[in-house]
Amino acid sequence: MLITLPTESQKTSHLRMTLNGEQVDVSFAPYKTLLEVLREDLGHTGTKHGCELGECGACAVLLDGKPVLSCLVLAVECDGRSVLTVEGLGLDGQLHPLQDAFADLGAAQCGYCTPAILVTAKALLEVHPHATRDQIRVALSGVLCRCTGYLQIFEAVEAAMIKIAEQNATAK
Amino acid sequence: MPNHNDLPDGPANGSQANGEELRVIGVPRRRVDARAKVTGQTRFADDIFLPRMAHCKLLRSPHPHARIRNIDTSRALAHPGVYLVLTGKDLPIEYGILPVSQDEQALCSDHVRHVGDPLAAVVAREELTAFEALDLIDVEYEILATISDPQEALATPDPRIHDYGEEGNIHKRVALEFGDVEKSFVEADEIFEDTFFYQGSTHLPIEQHAAVAIKDPDGKLTIWSSTQTPHYLHRALAKVLNMPPAHIRVSATPNGGGFGGKSDPFNHEIVVAKAALLLDRPVKICLTREEVFYCHRGRHPVVMRFKTGVKKDGTITGMHLQTLIDGGAYGSYGVASTFYTGALQTTTYHIPRYRFEGCRTFTNKPPCGPKRGHGTVQPRFGQEVQLDKIAEKLKMDPADLRLRIVEAPNTVTANYLRLGTVNLSECIRRVVKSCDWKEKFRKLPEGRGVGIACSAYLTGAGLAIYWNKMPHSGVQLKLDRGGGVAIFCGATEIGQGSDDVLAGIVAEVLGIDTFDIRLFTGDTDLGPVDLGSYSSRVTIMAGNAALQAAERARELLAEAVAIRLEVPKERLRFADKHVFDSAATEKRVPFHEAVCLAEARFGTIGTVGSYTPPKSPALYKGGGVGPSPTYSYTAAVVEVAVNSVTGWITVPKIWIAHDVGRALNPPLVRGQVEGSVYMGLGEALMEEQEFRRLPKKLSHALVHKFPSILEYKSPTSLDMPEVATELVEEPDPRGPFGAKEVGQGPLLPIMPAVANAVYDAVGVRIDEVPITPEKIMKALAEKRAGRTPRFGPIDFPHVDWPAALRVPPPWEGGDGNAINDVPRHSKPRPEKDKVLSS
Repeated sequence: MLITLPTESQKTSHLRMTLNGEQVDVSFAPYKTLLEVLREDLGHTGTKHGCELGECGACAVLLDGKPVLSCLVLAVECDGRSVLTVEGLGLDGQLHPLQDAFADLGAAQCGYCTPAILVTAKALLEVHPHATRDQIRVALSGVLCRCTGYLQIFEAVEAAMIKIAEQNATAK
Repeated sequence: MPNHNDLPDGPANGSQANGEELRVIGVPRRRVDARAKVTGQTRFADDIFLPRMAHCKLLRSPHPHARIRNIDTSRALAHPGVYLVLTGKDLPIEYGILPVSQDEQALCSDHVRHVGDPLAAVVAREELTAFEALDLIDVEYEILATISDPQEALATPDPRIHDYGEEGNIHKRVALEFGDVEKSFVEADEIFEDTFFYQGSTHLPIEQHAAVAIKDPDGKLTIWSSTQTPHYLHRALAKVLNMPPAHIRVSATPNGGGFGGKSDPFNHEIVVAKAALLLDRPVKICLTREEVFYCHRGRHPVVMRFKTGVKKDGTITGMHLQTLIDGGAYGSYGVASTFYTGALQTTTYHIPRYRFEGCRTFTNKPPCGPKRGHGTVQPRFGQEVQLDKIAEKLKMDPADLRLRIVEAPNTVTANYLRLGTVNLSECIRRVVKSCDWKEKFRKLPEGRGVGIACSAYLTGAGLAIYWNKMPHSGVQLKLDRGGGVAIFCGATEIGQGSDDVLAGIVAEVLGIDTFDIRLFTGDTDLGPVDLGSYSSRVTIMAGNAALQAAERARELLAEAVAIRLEVPKERLRFADKHVFDSAATEKRVPFHEAVCLAEARFGTIGTVGSYTPPKSPALYKGGGVGPSPTYSYTAAVVEVAVNSVTGWITVPKIWIAHDVGRALNPPLVRGQVEGSVYMGLGEALMEEQEFRRLPKKLSHALVHKFPSILEYKSPTSLDMPEVATELVEEPDPRGPFGAKEVGQGPLLPIMPAVANAVYDAVGVRIDEVPITPEKIMKALAEKRAGRTPRFGPIDFPHVDWPAALRVPPPWEGGDGNAINDVPRHSKPRPEKDKVLSS
């Protein structure tokens, strides 16, 4: 027997959240995941998908500062919360030090997992500004990269840590 | 203008572009597309959203092998929100990547050949609606017997999976002999016979295949797709849609990983193109991860047998290789893959006599095709593990043995592959030194071990997929009055850095910055043809084309500037965004002014360049697979720790040296090496495209064991060992600025080096891939029981081989032709001396 699901155009759910520091209101079909609402209803295609089953990690975003797989989060759960995607990493038109380091050190090859790895690394550095190689390995282990072999990613995170520490020292 | 490609032995093309040190090439740089990638702005195919866009889903066969008795789409078509339902009768024309294997139909009309084979498509306003409507298509199947592996295919000629091929379910059978191999075994002091099995694996790009097609306002067709080969897709679309190619535009979006898995024209691409034309609205498809596993085109499972004769000093007298290949349900690149399983054995070590027999069978599984290292990975595993066994028997260090037998540069091998620079010895010496080999090999405590292996790989396939005499790559440059340079080229960015290769070469020659360049690539309308991102061909072919176009542009600018500055144009240098007199550097004009001067003198400034690989001396039938302008070389040492109680294997460190000719952008080259190491390690330890039969009380169908990323194990950031990468750089005159390939070769030595290291650690031979704890435990049990401490296939299955084409090697008076081939009257054979010396 066929069960007819609500269609995408039945945007009967609404939410207000902070997306990359900006308040947004969006209407969407109630079954949609945060990933789908970001990409399809809010036009934020920087966040990618590789399985939509919580296996590959490519859809990671920060929800209230913590990395989550946006394909496993229902959008209706996100009302009043704060979401950071790769589009929100830079500040004042400048790349985030992680983005600079990834660009310079070969940490992005095809670039498909890069948005997820960047935001996950940002969350790590918020908690561990002097993370060890092992802490970086563990933090990024939920995001698969098929191109790099991870090593240049680790090095880029480490280079960004130094840059951020320098920036913080100058700011003080 | 003379074609510099006819002069493979001349000076390194443009290696002295400015008559002085290089400013761009070889300098670590941010790649040109890096900013887009780290800001999430790279537009992948599924990131394209267009007004009025409809969505497509495919109905896929749940049966591995069946006749389609009837398809009724009426209920699906009546479902609200459904615009269109297509079946095989809408797309009857067959296609396939190789001209000899036109065996695919975009939607099967009467015969499905593997679980996942598509037979109908629904296009609807919304993706979910399309998905729902798939359930409303009524199909009557007549179940056919399933052919699950090559042994079964050989034993079961009926039912045939395809009505072409050699016979029964044998797709392709080849036999080639270069010299009398039996005689070489008589001359040998020792003969080694070993059988190996290499399991299939898949590419697992993180980006799922996606495509969007539109009917252009003028009625033409445009398709954006995550394809590595837009030109070949263009040809397939023209054929199947029966449209003039001039009315089709294929734009390859940057691929979110390819690794060979996006190199075939795919059914879903053809379906959305047809639907967009019929509906006159954009149509998108994005495959689910499960569907990506059904697209496959990955590593062929191969059983292989090596018989190798050696002298006491390690010299190889001859080799006989047999391969039995599980092709899956379609031809794909399979004929080429079959030849590739025997093509490159002769490129690393001197093998004076060589016999190769290969057989590819059809089976009811997703089709296999080209995965990184295409067809050469499996026999390389067997060859390098057998060499480890040979070294042990001869009581030689396996690194020393290899150093003794490395093939010489600039030679023609027994099977007529013309080698370029060969720095394999240097690669071996580097890894032996950096890993402290002499202190480790056979000296580490029980449970720890090191293994060494080597390899070679093509720098671009010498022949196109279809026979033609045109260039393999073309580049157009447009120079504008503001000093900007636009590069137009069909080369396709799949993450490997092809855009950066083009920009780096043009920037070097014209003395500008790579960020002064705009790139229009992977688009069949915007740029000249490049055959695609496969066979490690882009750097050498598109790179040489870009070099030629840039040198022609520089010539025009130099002529105009020479007049303005009143200096001989030979004295002009292009650097730092200026053109200046090398003898008096204050005499200079900015680059943009140089463009204006040239435009005033010659009119609009645009140049072209192209590249055609040199002719191969391999003139025998089958000799089209294997030739390349030059080959890369790699040596690797892997260290393992094996727990003899659990069989668990960990890899603490890998040392690898790669002969790349010249690293155009060193961090990108390192990334290709380490990415290959990573992917090789996945194949060595865990990756398996494995199938199982459902229980008899269910359908007993042969299904993919785990079409999901969770169950298909691949290495994570926790599994990746430390890697010490060394690049060996002796510029090869055939490559742009001396560059050779790096994207595939470094994968090849990893699997055999792991196997050899496991033997060093616990004394058991695992003669198959992946090397899992279970297999180690079984081999350890054999060892404890006093039997052969080994896990692997016992026998090579019986295959009725055809009589071999006999091609005497160059040192036995051969001219590259077979002496017993049927005469090919229509094609006059080039004379020996002409080809061998060219």
